[in-house]
Amino acid sequence: MTSMNMVEAIRDAHVVAMEADDSVVVFGEDVGYFGGVFRCTQGLQERFGPTRCFDTPISESGIVGTAIGMAANGMRPCVEIQFADYMYPGYDQIVSEAARLRHRSAGDFTAPITIRMPAGGGIFGGQTHSQSPEALFTHVAGLKTVMPSNPYDAKGLLLSSIEDNDPVIFLEPKRLYHGAFSGHADGPVTPWKKHELGEVPAGHYTVPLGTAAVRREGAEVTVLAYGTMVHVALAAAEQAGIDAEVIDLRTLVPLDIDTIIESVVKTGRCIVVHEATKTSGFGAELSALVQERAFYSLEAPVRRVTGWDTPYPHAQEWDYFPDPVRVAKAMKEVLAY
Amino acid sequence: MTEYEPLELSMPAPAFRPGDVPDFSDRAFTLPGAVRKPPVDEEPEDMRDLAFQTIRVLTDDGVAVGPWAPELSPEELIAGVANMLRVRVLDRRMMNAQRQAKTSFYMRALGEEAVACAFQTTLEPGDMSFPTYRQQGLLVTAGYPLVDMMNQIFSNEADPLKGRQLPIMYSSRAHGFFSISGNLATQFVQAVGWAMASAIKGEKAIATGWIGEGSTAESDFHSAMVFASTYSAPVVLNIVNNQWAISTYQGVARGHATTFAARGVAFGIPALRVDGNDYLAVYAAARWATERARRSLGPTLIEWVTYRAGAHSSSDDPSAYRPKSEASSWPLGDPIERLTNHLIMLGAWTMADYEALEVSIEAEVLAAQTEAEAHGTMAGGPNAPRDIFEDVYEEMPTRLIEQREEAGYS
Repeated sequence: MTSMNMVEAIRDAHVVAMEADDSVVVFGEDVGYFGGVFRCTQGLQERFGPTRCFDTPISESGIVGTAIGMAANGMRPCVEIQFADYMYPGYDQIVSEAARLRHRSAGDFTAPITIRMPAGGGIFGGQTHSQSPEALFTHVAGLKTVMPSNPYDAKGLLLSSIEDNDPVIFLEPKRLYHGAFSGHADGPVTPWKKHELGEVPAGHYTVPLGTAAVRREGAEVTVLAYGTMVHVALAAAEQAGIDAEVIDLRTLVPLDIDTIIESVVKTGRCIVVHEATKTSGFGAELSALVQERAFYSLEAPVRRVTGWDTPYPHAQEWDYFPDPVRVAKAMKEVLAY
Repeated sequence: MTEYEPLELSMPAPAFRPGDVPDFSDRAFTLPGAVRKPPVDEEPEDMRDLAFQTIRVLTDDGVAVGPWAPELSPEELIAGVANMLRVRVLDRRMMNAQRQAKTSFYMRALGEEAVACAFQTTLEPGDMSFPTYRQQGLLVTAGYPLVDMMNQIFSNEADPLKGRQLPIMYSSRAHGFFSISGNLATQFVQAVGWAMASAIKGEKAIATGWIGEGSTAESDFHSAMVFASTYSAPVVLNIVNNQWAISTYQGVARGHATTFAARGVAFGIPALRVDGNDYLAVYAAARWATERARRSLGPTLIEWVTYRAGAHSSSDDPSAYRPKSEASSWPLGDPIERLTNHLIMLGAWTMADYEALEVSIEAEVLAAQTEAEAHGTMAGGPNAPRDIFEDVYEEMPTRLIEQREEAGYS
């Protein structure tokens, strides 16, 4: 076990994957010599050479499009989109090509690609460095969508993603790169070296796609969250003194529906927390699934605590960000039923 | 103070619309034999002139002239006529089948058969093409069975793609033919990626990318060009300029301002402009470009100048936007006629030989259609198996298993 922050854990996953399999190639804007603007690929080019890890032109459609062609030729690209907000020029390649290739060719061609992208706000990134576009991927048949909340999961989930034979969108909550962030804008983060999930095993291990983790057991209300919001939800439960069960989904597609329903049946109440905008967000899907499958267990309507339906603001970032106060308020509201 | 007039735009429009008499006499195509043929390793900056001329080999009299005239045997030339004819007869029969509701959709390559048919003969097993929807000549020339093409077109029980894809959107890795996408230009940059992977792995196979002149306006065209030139990828990037993108003439993609081949110049990619209705010119240019790729000399961009003599698709009626006589007025002629004339001029063939070949190919295509229809047609069934939930992922996830049950699949 080594103490790692999330950046180091992601970097280590790359090293393990690239050492194990020559077909793993890593590329994106600034990822080669420099090692990425968030440093997640630092040292890979020096270690594996310039054809295994390299800088690309500023062209997301080019990054994803070439990755699809490489995958069709037997490689296993793991590419970086510098910010999830920059993904849109590559979206056609992701949705129309990577996601459907296996199906449309009846398995003649596949796209085993991992597309990493830092997501989420809390870093004063404004509307072009803060978005959480997970619902734009979960809506697409053929994609898997992953968002870790800690270094241990980041490494294990990234290795699962790279080894998966279908395209995986790997969203990295950039606010968590260097510590667990509870959502208090003025407070310090908990450095990962002081957090048990910052203890990362050396070498190869995986966290399977499609398994959630119960981060806090509780009896009063189930809180469904992923990425940064896992830590916000935990902070909200502690501060409000509510016996909440906090579930870290870890992967949105495939979704660990059994763990969710088991918890809701136990608690009878459910809230969903995500940073993305509310309308047609992944919370809507979770809410629908819970009412479809646990209707007779529910004591209260499923509540959503999300970013507002606005662009992610700059100066007003903390008005947008779903903080522990908002989460605690929602918990109290569903407990009042 | 300078007085300026109000600003204005230039709104492009084709020279001829329905009712006009098309006259292409002002189209200045380079004379056959007049374009120089540089060595494949000439520096790209010394080859810029090639983007602004048109490589042609066959004269109006059917004589092969100039440095690009390839050395092909009469047997190879006859095979070229045969493959182009196969495509043309297949297209005619499948268009008729669409009118009979045996399929929902069809797209012909009428008039531009030489481009794909001649190009394919320069490819090796293991190479991979990333085609658009009008390169069926690649598959036919690669020896893909006509009956399998028809099974796909009919979405029948033997459809290799299980009824999932729009007719003509073939896929055959074994024949070096990447799965066709209906989204335009996406495959152009994928071809570059495939070629890069081949080089990263130290292998020898090359890739070809295909795009229409209209789709060069897509950002993916630019992405492909910048990646191909940045990494010197072993890929041949082909623009089929058939003059028409559905009802939109090439000028709306800025085709009259300069050549499409000229777009290679800015990227430092050697670019050829070639008479796409001249089988010999297509073969020679494709051989030259694939040779550059195989020697790691980098990408080549080729503009194939041709004419879409038929409708865009079975859903299109070109008489609504261009003169009916425009195709027959096209100055570069018909590729099958031109190669046939060349063979006859060589003394290697007679018109009777051509007619005998035509009879035999008609019979071949009819036999394939009879066999395919025995597996079913779109309207008549039996259709492809109902397995839409398979192959969405490698392993079927729980939600799809549930939806499969809900759909009544057993």
